[in-house]
Amino acid sequence: MFGYIIRRILGVIPVMAIVALVVFLLLRLTPGDPAAILAGDSATAAQLERIRESLGLNDPLHLQFFNWIRQLLQGDLGTSLISNTDVSQMIGRRINPTINLAVMTIIISVLMAVPMGVIAAWRHRSWIDYGVMTFSVLGFSVPVFVIGYIFIQIFAIELRWVPVQGYAHPTQDLMGFFQRAILPSLTLATIYVALIARMTRASMLEVLGEDYIRTARAKGVRENVVLFRHALRNAAVPIMTIIGTGFALLISGVVVTESVFNIPGIGRLTVDAILARDYPVIQAMILLTAGIYVLVNLLIDISYSLIDPRIRY
Amino acid sequence: MADVQQPTSGMQVVLGALSLPKKWRLGIGPIIAVIVLLAIVMAAVFAPLYVPYDPSQMSSTNRLQPSSAEHLFGTDPYGRDLFSRVVTGGQVSLLIGIGSAIVSVLVGLAIGLVSGFFRIADAIIMRVMDSLMAIPAILLAIALVALSGPSITSVIIAITIPEVPRVVRLVRSVVLGAREEPYVEAAIALGSSMPRILWQHLMPNTLSPLIVQGTYICASAILTEAILSFLGAGVSTEIPTWGNIMAEGRTYFQVNPGLIFWPGLMLSLCILSINLLGDTARDILDPRLKKREA
Repeated sequence: MFGYIIRRILGVIPVMAIVALVVFLLLRLTPGDPAAILAGDSATAAQLERIRESLGLNDPLHLQFFNWIRQLLQGDLGTSLISNTDVSQMIGRRINPTINLAVMTIIISVLMAVPMGVIAAWRHRSWIDYGVMTFSVLGFSVPVFVIGYIFIQIFAIELRWVPVQGYAHPTQDLMGFFQRAILPSLTLATIYVALIARMTRASMLEVLGEDYIRTARAKGVRENVVLFRHALRNAAVPIMTIIGTGFALLISGVVVTESVFNIPGIGRLTVDAILARDYPVIQAMILLTAGIYVLVNLLIDISYSLIDPRIRY
Repeated sequence: MADVQQPTSGMQVVLGALSLPKKWRLGIGPIIAVIVLLAIVMAAVFAPLYVPYDPSQMSSTNRLQPSSAEHLFGTDPYGRDLFSRVVTGGQVSLLIGIGSAIVSVLVGLAIGLVSGFFRIADAIIMRVMDSLMAIPAILLAIALVALSGPSITSVIIAITIPEVPRVVRLVRSVVLGAREEPYVEAAIALGSSMPRILWQHLMPNTLSPLIVQGTYICASAILTEAILSFLGAGVSTEIPTWGNIMAEGRTYFQVNPGLIFWPGLMLSLCILSINLLGDTARDILDPRLKKREA
């Protein structure tokens, strides 16, 4: 078990190294010159050249790459070309809203999706089952921002239950935080719920056909115990896996949802950086999100043996 | 040199999909999906023949009109007819969807065949694919479009790159399963050339999963295009696409919700029917999966 964890953690290193290489090449090989952005439109050729020299853009590509990696390993994410502030500071200022939004979304999604999937599988081919399946197909077919605007129209404009947009800090205004965070979380949760409910249903259907479920029922175990202790626990591994791979969807969704609801998180930060071609911020953000994704999936892989003791490494 | 008998050729798989087996009863869902999809495609393709207004004709006196007899869906912030724009917008959105699906499948097929067959290449290719999959698709795509210009080609490339690893994994897994089959071993023993083995013996196995995967990619590409345009990193705003129309409408959403609602509805109906067709294709082409899920 311990050896397995060490092996998996070591396995992260080549993946992240290649991610760094891909991100680096992506930004260097596409047209566009960071020096020109920094210098502005009125810069002379000599000024451009000086800036290029100071940013190290005249060095050979491999040297630029290794310099960047060395900085990263020292914890230096670089400096924004636009605002001239430290990228790690920029992230630090903007990460809280995103984490709060993501955590709230995951909690809502799992609490909604798992029971939906379990009940759909339990009442297979009933109207509940068809309802859950319809919802999960719909969830995949409507763009996140359209869902966001529909929610705004219904709950903020027509019913006036919550404010339209914005963000409040939970430490300063807990009620205001929930009022403003509930619509974005529900918006983000839609596709995640669709994904998890679908997988829960498929996985439960398979398990409910097993002999030990029939045995449990035959000896008179109560139905909710059969469903949640006997069946769900055995169906849990594929559900955990999909929560992990679906995390990529969540990250993409965060980027869009923060735009719709005007939330000052790192998703907005990234989009603004990309549109302004702020190279150091783009590099850092893509690397950071990829790192979080890899880490989440690593933790989920390791946790399999906790849920299902049959899995040994 | 006589070739070894193959289990199924690519053509047979396609024909098998078209002539539905008797035991598989076609539900009402797929039929509706086909009709809706055909209607949307026809509406988009023949839009220039019937739309009441030029989709890019602006009119400062007609800004943000509600829907009326003259303007079925109302008008946008520039006074352009929303109905004409929405049906015309389908052209580019569908083109991007289909284009991305074809390119992703072809590139993924080529890389996947090599990866599944050559062990040395496999190790390297799969590490690169794992890394690509770790980068959130939307971020990778907006970065690619923002940095390489808002053309239709760069949007298709930007959508394709994050999809390729998934196709590669699929093709590779099929090839890994098939390469141990006796007919492949026999082909190797008979001295068939490597390209011939890959193309004639291994490729046909990947066709049916690829048809299914390609359908899903088409749906998700249309969705991604909309998100890219919405975030300001899509096709140039002069060309109407469903995403562009919604992106322009978001500021005026509270004045005329139809600016988001109508293109959103068209787009969602389109993706919904493509996804349903994908599910149907999967059930027909891969009965094993159906048994497990049903």
